[in-house]
Amino acid sequence: MAMSEPLLAVSGLTKRFHRSGTIVTAAEDISLSISPAETLALAGPSGSGKSTIARLILRLIEPDAGRVDFGGENFLALRGSALRARRARLQMVFQDPLAALNPRATVARVLDDPLRIHALVSRSERPSRIAALLQRVGLSSDLADRYLHEISGGQRQRVAIARAIATKPSLIVLDEAVSALDVSVRSQILELLLDLQRTERIAYLFVSHDLGVVRAFAHRVVLLEGGRITEQGDARAVIDNPQSAIGKALVAAVPRLTTTIQERS
Amino acid sequence: MRRLVQIPEALVGLGILAVLVVMALAAPMLFPGDPLAIKGAPLLPPFQEWSLPLGTDRLGRDVLAELFHGARTSLAVGLAAAAAAIAVGAVIGTLAGFAGGILDETLMRITDAFQTVPSFLLALAFVSVVGPSLTVVVIAIALSAWTGPARVARAEVLSIRERDFVAGARVIGMHPLEIALREVLPNALPPVLALSSVIVASAILIEAALSFLGLGDPNRVTWGGMIAEGRTVLRSAPFLSIVPGIALVLTVLGVYLAGEGVVEGTAVRKGLS
Repeated sequence: MAMSEPLLAVSGLTKRFHRSGTIVTAAEDISLSISPAETLALAGPSGSGKSTIARLILRLIEPDAGRVDFGGENFLALRGSALRARRARLQMVFQDPLAALNPRATVARVLDDPLRIHALVSRSERPSRIAALLQRVGLSSDLADRYLHEISGGQRQRVAIARAIATKPSLIVLDEAVSALDVSVRSQILELLLDLQRTERIAYLFVSHDLGVVRAFAHRVVLLEGGRITEQGDARAVIDNPQSAIGKALVAAVPRLTTTIQERS
Repeated sequence: MRRLVQIPEALVGLGILAVLVVMALAAPMLFPGDPLAIKGAPLLPPFQEWSLPLGTDRLGRDVLAELFHGARTSLAVGLAAAAAAIAVGAVIGTLAGFAGGILDETLMRITDAFQTVPSFLLALAFVSVVGPSLTVVVIAIALSAWTGPARVARAEVLSIRERDFVAGARVIGMHPLEIALREVLPNALPPVLALSSVIVASAILIEAALSFLGLGDPNRVTWGGMIAEGRTVLRSAPFLSIVPGIALVLTVLGVYLAGEGVVEGTAVRKGLS
């Protein structure tokens, strides 16, 4: 993205896992960038390293080599409390909110944690901020006292999004965040994410195996296979006319897309 | 709870525990005053006198009153030692498992060191150095009992720390110590709590053995102390050792059966759901 300074710039990111004598390459020389308010999709078959790359950028796993610049700052050099403070700007939404949030927590506690940890609002103001966050993601503030297992899957994912936006981040990693939802709920959640992007100028790193959703939701796409980038570019251009073998195979696996391509040719 | 009642062992165990708790709670009301005070002629056999149903010991003290007050000590020591051992063990095991690396190695080698010393010997050494009192006895027992909970908690934490909610807590910038103690520890507790019945039972036995050797709290009646008292007149008045001995056996059996029942009951519930 030449028009503006990238929000996130990753270069040469590499990670190898040693599993029972063999070396598995999860990420090999990955370079990519995301501009403010942009959506970049990481797509590929399972085992292609897309989730690992997302977790490397978030420093949930430490890379072997490479550089991650976030907001003009070397993110990999941050340590301890400096890293924890900077995490407010870089959030994540997981595939399964029930697994990614403490199963023993209430909705209010899930949303209270980021506000308390980053001391964003005073203790007395937190309940009203929690209510505002719930309303922002389209939920009733009455839900605050419920336990996570008492609400529906779609509501849980909205709570997870509310938690992610509580610290006003500039980038959110969406790791298969809509993959487990049924179709109608999925489109509502995507609609919410697009609305947040428009109003709050949030950038997304959208990890997904579903090229249909990627084509509709992302500006640009990076296709991965075996931890390497095989193809990247404008999401519609790449998915409508893939150049690499893996790109063609992935597109062929999406029934709806193949028919439109066949109709066109 | 309803399911527990359907398991016969659990029913028997809970029944014995209920009797024990009632004895402990009722002791100051049924037998007010000092249970170590002299109430009648010495060495009165059981079932001879209406006011002293289980007779008197060498000094003329009421055996039934001693038995009731001894239940208080056994129960208090057993529960306090188990609570302390589980609390300390769970925290150490969680920190070791969650931190990994050198902290894990250090904490687990310390655990090994405590585990290689026979638990009774450790308690004996501690009490004889610090001096006998109820608190010291509780600490002495917990000192050797925390290693089991620590190992179980660590093993559980090793699998929990890979789960997504731990990654989620890191993403929002939570301090590692808070993640370990507030997010991970409560989720690692159930298998650790399953150890509690074994720990309570062994704590009651160690306390009795310490008292038997004269290392219990001298101001408290204990069943072990009663057995030691009766030992000198074992031939002429065997009931003085037999009565607290039976109480001890039944209590340990009750704690163990109830604990097994709870574990089994929760396992059945998990299997059904």
